[in-house]
Amino acid sequence: MDVIDRLVGIAPGSALDAIRARRPEARTHAQASYVALFTPPEAGEVSATERFAAAVFVVGLHAEAATAAFYREGLAATGAGPALLAAVERAVAAAVGQGPFGRYPAGPLSVEDSTGSAWQADAALRDALGTRLAAAFAHLHMLVLHPRDAEPAHLQALLDAGWSTTGIVTLSQIVSFLAFQVRVVSGFRTLAATA
Amino acid sequence: MAETVLTPPAHGVPVAFTRDQLDWLPWVEPLAEAELTERHRAALIDAARAKSPYFRLLARDPDALEARTRTDKDIFYNTDAGLPRAERELAAAATSRFNGCIYCASVHARFSATYSKRVEDVQRLLDEGVGADLGERWNAIVAASVALSATPISFGPAHVQRLRQAGLDDLAIADVIQGAAFFNWANRLMLSLGEPATAG
Repeated sequence: MDVIDRLVGIAPGSALDAIRARRPEARTHAQASYVALFTPPEAGEVSATERFAAAVFVVGLHAEAATAAFYREGLAATGAGPALLAAVERAVAAAVGQGPFGRYPAGPLSVEDSTGSAWQADAALRDALGTRLAAAFAHLHMLVLHPRDAEPAHLQALLDAGWSTTGIVTLSQIVSFLAFQVRVVSGFRTLAATA
Repeated sequence: MAETVLTPPAHGVPVAFTRDQLDWLPWVEPLAEAELTERHRAALIDAARAKSPYFRLLARDPDALEARTRTDKDIFYNTDAGLPRAERELAAAATSRFNGCIYCASVHARFSATYSKRVEDVQRLLDEGVGADLGERWNAIVAASVALSATPISFGPAHVQRLRQAGLDDLAIADVIQGAAFFNWANRLMLSLGEPATAG
């Protein structure tokens, strides 16, 4: 069983197991994506704790409790202490919202602009998360809830907080992959439960 | 010394959803073509992608890029039954329209129009948005893609039942789910690492 099977609750031999088997490369490489982003052979530019802390925050913003619990276990297993675990949960509670909202380039689509707020960790949370993670969380909130508001300045803020360009690519893949994974898990769970 | 973001050259900014071919300009530095190793080239999968700044930027994390691309290709190109190609592309276009990715919507609206031959319906999705009336089967696919793309996710049993009533079997519904889910991945990368430009 891979991570998606485990999170959906897909038993070997079940109808959904057979459906996933019809898209074997997608099944194999959704798992390979998880491995590449969360348990890579070398952590490289992004530590294991940063990867899982980002995941707990991103999945928490999606309000997907079972998947969040999976990544919370993963975060604890990286050796993150209770202070960081609590800080990530406080960040989720403070930042959770509804999406997608955001603005378009000025023009005919401006009538579809919808407002919402960017989110930043407050001073206490910044202290608990540290500079790199606090900057990452502001970016992740934008990518989860209002990705069309993205601007170069958001990436500059990450660079200024100590993220490298390669680290930014990995962080962007983490949040974007999770936006996929939580939807596959939720969608498959609903499909399996609908007679 | 911290790195700095790139300043894209002067370019036309697309201000509406379109089926036109667009360019994409990165906000941070892709790998140079000359510095691509065998590992990077393998991760690109298609050799022609060495010309693409988007894929050369993602090649900075080659394992993640390769797994992303192989997931993508199976969800959209696997021809073993399930949802017809045109409607997998419809799910991708609808998701991109809803999330606001003008670049991704342009590519997948083109594909959906090509494979379905329903150019006017696809254009209506772009012009009017995800509430456009495209006939019940397409409406059901668009509604399911949108519900799955909302945060928090609002996809529920009623979406599955509506898709079944529209004639989709469970493999086809799984293709809608994976197609829409995948574009929640792709849209976020395209929207946040660079910007679209009108071609030419």
